[in-house]
Amino acid sequence: MATAAAHGHSSDKNYLNETSGIWSWLTTLDHKRIGIMYFISVMFFFLLGGIMALLLRLELMSPGPTIMTADTYNQVMTYHGAIMVFMVIIPGIPAILGNFFLPIHIGAKDVAFPKLNLLSWYLLMTGALLAFSTLFTHKIDTGWTFYTPYSIKTGTSVVTMVIAAFIMGMSSILTGLNFIATVHKLRAPGMTMYRIPLFVWALYSTAILQVLATPVLGITLLLLSVERAFGVGIFDPALGGDPVLFQHFFWFYSHPAVYIMILPAMGVVSELIATFSRKTIFGYTAIAYSSLGIAGVSFFVWGHHMFVSGQSATAGIVFSFITMLVGVPTAIKMFNWIATMYKGSVQMQSPMLYALGFLFLFAIGGVTGIMLAVLPIDVHFHDTYFVVAHFHYVMVGGTLMAIMGGFFYWFPKMFGKMYNEATARLSFVFIFIGFNVTFFPQFVLGAMGMPRRYFDYIPAYHSLNTISTVGSWLIATGFLIGLYTIINGLMKGEKAPANPWGGKTLEWTTTSPPPHFNFDVEPVITAGPYEYR
Amino acid sequence: MSTDSHSAHGHEHHYAHHFRSAEHEYLTSKEGIWLFMVTEILMFGGLFVGYSIFHNIYPEMFAEGAKSLDWKMGFINTLVLIFSSLTMALGIFFLQKNQPKKAAMSLAITILCGAIFMVIKYLEYTHKFHLGLFPGRYLDVAKVGAEHANLGMYFGFYYCMTGLHGIHVLLGMCLISWCLFRTIRGDFNPNYYTAVEGVGIFWHIVDLIWIFLFPLLYLVG
Amino acid sequence: MVHSHEDSQGHHITPFVVYLKVAGALFLLTFLTVIAHHFNQQLGVLAAPVAFMIATIKAILVILWFMHLKYDSVTNRVIFGAGFFFLALLLAFSGLDIWTRVVEYSTL
Repeated sequence: MATAAAHGHSSDKNYLNETSGIWSWLTTLDHKRIGIMYFISVMFFFLLGGIMALLLRLELMSPGPTIMTADTYNQVMTYHGAIMVFMVIIPGIPAILGNFFLPIHIGAKDVAFPKLNLLSWYLLMTGALLAFSTLFTHKIDTGWTFYTPYSIKTGTSVVTMVIAAFIMGMSSILTGLNFIATVHKLRAPGMTMYRIPLFVWALYSTAILQVLATPVLGITLLLLSVERAFGVGIFDPALGGDPVLFQHFFWFYSHPAVYIMILPAMGVVSELIATFSRKTIFGYTAIAYSSLGIAGVSFFVWGHHMFVSGQSATAGIVFSFITMLVGVPTAIKMFNWIATMYKGSVQMQSPMLYALGFLFLFAIGGVTGIMLAVLPIDVHFHDTYFVVAHFHYVMVGGTLMAIMGGFFYWFPKMFGKMYNEATARLSFVFIFIGFNVTFFPQFVLGAMGMPRRYFDYIPAYHSLNTISTVGSWLIATGFLIGLYTIINGLMKGEKAPANPWGGKTLEWTTTSPPPHFNFDVEPVITAGPYEYR
Repeated sequence: MSTDSHSAHGHEHHYAHHFRSAEHEYLTSKEGIWLFMVTEILMFGGLFVGYSIFHNIYPEMFAEGAKSLDWKMGFINTLVLIFSSLTMALGIFFLQKNQPKKAAMSLAITILCGAIFMVIKYLEYTHKFHLGLFPGRYLDVAKVGAEHANLGMYFGFYYCMTGLHGIHVLLGMCLISWCLFRTIRGDFNPNYYTAVEGVGIFWHIVDLIWIFLFPLLYLVG
Repeated sequence: MVHSHEDSQGHHITPFVVYLKVAGALFLLTFLTVIAHHFNQQLGVLAAPVAFMIATIKAILVILWFMHLKYDSVTNRVIFGAGFFFLALLLAFSGLDIWTRVVEYSTL
């Protein structure tokens, strides 16, 4: 069992009160504080992106203009996507929970490059500020995917926004770089790669994607800016260019990006299920390698976003086939998680509820993804609400569930306080039910042919859209209850013990909150991370 | 992060607290540098991919554009950069051998080579501007007498690729200048020269990219 | 100082004369590139691959010796190589699309 000196420190000093004042936070090199700063920023961005979503759903409640014009709809739709993708889900788990716990999980005092870590946060904030500035200049309306030729022609602040995305991409690259070096070089003695928690395997695989894929987004956005500024003609068909090439370049990053979004979430789920089943994870090696496998295969499938773009049939068939392969490592994880619970001693506290919610919702999202991988089916479903429902099931039903579960799981460790379990469970109920009410009808709408990104629709789609909008209010309520739970816990929560859940990974051997240097004595590892029985 | 070594005679290097030794910090830093270089390769590589594809689609238009490039200028620039890579590597070599004065000299020559490269680049650019060879829609097809209507695409690629490369040359020169300053100040010794090695690897990447740019733009056309 | 296997890896000093030899080879290969260019007409469709191959050899020299990758860890070699692999992937699949497109004419 892992040994670490948790009781050595008699004083009340921890990373939160080690130094005080806002300047000590803004210049901190402590990975835990940086994680908290990301937590606050990302939560704020999520609120903004969420408000955009509520506005969209309000507009779509009935046909015709309800609360906004068509142009405004295109703008709100774009900002919802851009904010959620670049400012919430991609940084999300790695930057918040990864920053906080990766070093602790491997027995290290910090990440490999603490100054770069702080720089990553500043880059995200700079990019976000620049992105929000476009709300005051010419709001963009291209969709978060910036497809050409419209993104070349539109008179909105596309260049500013893509520069913002470029800067946020740099933030992501540096985080990934930091994590790879940390996992390679800073593991405590005895912490072999097969003893690191699965959360670390997930973050490691994600980091590889961040480093290898994001630069291509960088050059794509640069080329788009050049195209707008000089009319070079690479992506503009009127000038002899190829708009599909833009899509190739864009999705070469953006498909691995969706795995940047989901892999860390799967890592969190592995932790939650092992701890709350009081059982060692089933198939540790398989789950570890499946993370790497998903990361690897993710580079070969981007064309499945382009089946109807004008891409050749040959390329489409190749992409379709390889896409189906990615279901294999993903399914391995799902089965292993369920097998972990089998004959385990399952505790149903709120983090576990979120983990179970993940299993259910991600299964639906994943299976519909396989459906979309089938080329002829996608020809029918592309750009309909079926796709919208699919990716919300995996990103919200998947990643967001995992973030919530992770937040509640690690809240006592991060802040030294317990939150109110009852309100946390209530938030889960609202989010889970609300999510299905919002997005399941969208599968049906998509099958019925309702196009996505459209401001208006035929009356036949009316009732399902109304149901979907009501669902969005339920989700919002759930997140507000969750926010209340967090704030209430911070202000009035009971003092948390070192290990409220009976977890076996290294963070539970230190105090809640952890001391500034994580461990008083460098731990020596003699066993795996889930040695329950 | 690492703090500078204090004394020349002790050759002590104070490494950051989360590392086990100076060596541990050095090896980790090197890995970080290589990880960053991968991103540079992928970023520039995207431009190469785009160029290759369109070169294949519009071979005659690309040939026309390439005609305006003077291979001799590109050739000289290639030799200049290769020489600067040599002097950069020697800069690190002399630091390893505890010969900081020669190291400083090598770094200074490297910066000079970078400057020569940029001057030649400047001459090439101004010559093209003089001929009206601007990127994209700014190339007046009639005025230039172009045979192909989308000749602007060629120059879009040309200025993008050489321009982005040029920015990296300037960045490299700044970084090497900072290393030169620190060398003169006595920051480095045979046990600690990580920053110079890192900057050196960056500079070699800049050389590497040019090694491919030269034949691609000037020769193959 | 602890002398571990990593030590020799970390601080390998390439001899001065090796640097000169590599630089010399690079100069030579640059001349070769230009000479090959003068045979562009005769090489025809081989002109580009030949130029690219010479450039690759030069790149390998720079990477192995000037950038020290020959004496560095396997990890760093894999990391750097991965970049080129995925770049090739981008070209391969984008190319696969573009060069297998079939021109279709509208029946309308």
